[in-house]
Amino acid sequence: MDFALDSGNTAWVLMSTALVLFMTPGLAFFYGGMVRGKNVLAMLMQNIFAMGLLAILWAFLVFSLAFGDSGNAGFIGNLDYIFLKDVGIAGSPEEFFSFLTIPFILFCAFQMTFAIITPALITGATADRLKFAGYAVFIGLWLVLVYGPVAHMVFAGGWLADMGALDFAGGAVVHINAGAAALAVVLVIGARKGHPGEHMPPHNLPFTVLGTGILWFGWAGFNAGSALAADGIASQALINTILAPAAAMLGWLLVERFKSGHATTLGAASGAVAGMVAITPCAGFVGGMAPIYIGFIAGVVCYLALHIKAFFKFDDSLDVIAVHLVGGLLGSILLGFWADPAINAVVTNPGLFITDGGTELLVDQAVASGVTLVYSFVVSFLLAKVISATIGLRVTPEQEDVGLDLALHAETAYSN
Amino acid sequence: MKLITAVIKPFKLDEVKEALKAAGVAGITVTEVQGFGRQSGHTEVYRGAEYTVDFVPKVKIEILADDAQIDPIIDAIVASARTEKIGDGKIWITDVGAVQRIRTGEKGPDAI
Repeated sequence: MDFALDSGNTAWVLMSTALVLFMTPGLAFFYGGMVRGKNVLAMLMQNIFAMGLLAILWAFLVFSLAFGDSGNAGFIGNLDYIFLKDVGIAGSPEEFFSFLTIPFILFCAFQMTFAIITPALITGATADRLKFAGYAVFIGLWLVLVYGPVAHMVFAGGWLADMGALDFAGGAVVHINAGAAALAVVLVIGARKGHPGEHMPPHNLPFTVLGTGILWFGWAGFNAGSALAADGIASQALINTILAPAAAMLGWLLVERFKSGHATTLGAASGAVAGMVAITPCAGFVGGMAPIYIGFIAGVVCYLALHIKAFFKFDDSLDVIAVHLVGGLLGSILLGFWADPAINAVVTNPGLFITDGGTELLVDQAVASGVTLVYSFVVSFLLAKVISATIGLRVTPEQEDVGLDLALHAETAYSN
Repeated sequence: MKLITAVIKPFKLDEVKEALKAAGVAGITVTEVQGFGRQSGHTEVYRGAEYTVDFVPKVKIEILADDAQIDPIIDAIVASARTEKIGDGKIWITDVGAVQRIRTGEKGPDAI
């Protein structure tokens, strides 16, 4: 197949890959600041370990499962690219990816960074009680059984993409997917010891704000890099990735100030992240003031969604469901209102609020979101059940009291 | 001989220490403590969830003193630790049966 490498596009995706890679340590600090001081290393470890394990699994198998046989309108890829066979410095052998002007090996690296952070997002929900060995096995199998198929269905011309659903940078593949898995796992492992009566305040909110900054910085690569080119769509995605989190921060703080009497630092950080999540599926498809509307709605709705866990009585320690599941669903659905062919020609069914728009895309978005949610939830639930019954997925009550840092890793973060 | 114990606001420690030095006190022992009195705790809000923190951080100062020193020491602490707001703390005095300096073996008031 003819391959014309574009050095500008290649340079941008090289940089974007590094930016997205930096998000996982950023996430570690975002979460790490919110847990208690006796569990901070365990949280950092779960995230940094995801970089170790999942990069290798991606190269061995999962890239092939996700992106093999692209455009087959199916459920999963194939084994053509296991151990990176035929994934090289030339273009993609896939007809579906013939539009790429970057090396296929770079596309693989860029997508790898998404595969690393997605399972890591789950660790916020399960904070303070996850057994390390069980976690390691869970995220490894989850990458194969859940991430691979969902990435194929949405990103690689699988059946959801073929049906007409859009997902610019992973509203479904990353956020709904991880959020649904987080819900499944917390239902299996149960609440933290002492929850909800005991006071478990964040031990270091400056870490959380630092992590938010790293995430926002990295998200520029996540969204604008997903254009896979250094072009106008990437530029649109970049400004959307600034405007939506900004509006979401304002929305979150406004409701928070009104409802609880204070605009908090944690609220500003959480609101911004909710905006990043919600704009992810829309980033290269919407323009004008749409990112501000989407971000603002996400800030308000994700704040209100914090109440879901108390209402249904599950313990999502750091609100992964309110921020990632609800934020991902919102972004994916709102795309059905503002997707604009004038921004990106890939949009063939304009959103409801756009000239000549209709409900067709809205329906596709709802179906793709629902399928991702149900598939991820069911498989994650079964996987967590099996691991829980064999290796174990939760530490003992004694270990939980001592703290995961000392009990699991024989370390403490802070000397007295 | 008496033991003077004072619980004060942490940010007042430096002022109290200087005042005690000026009053001729040769040594003090300082401990970070927490508790509650008439100044109850405070409320914190994280993602909309309110938590009441019952214990307030304070600093406890202990001073061994000869009977004649008691009044100037208490005056020095009260003058330097007072903000006239709730939570300024308390001072109490207890009798001490015996004191001995470890290095020299001196006993009684000589050991203070």
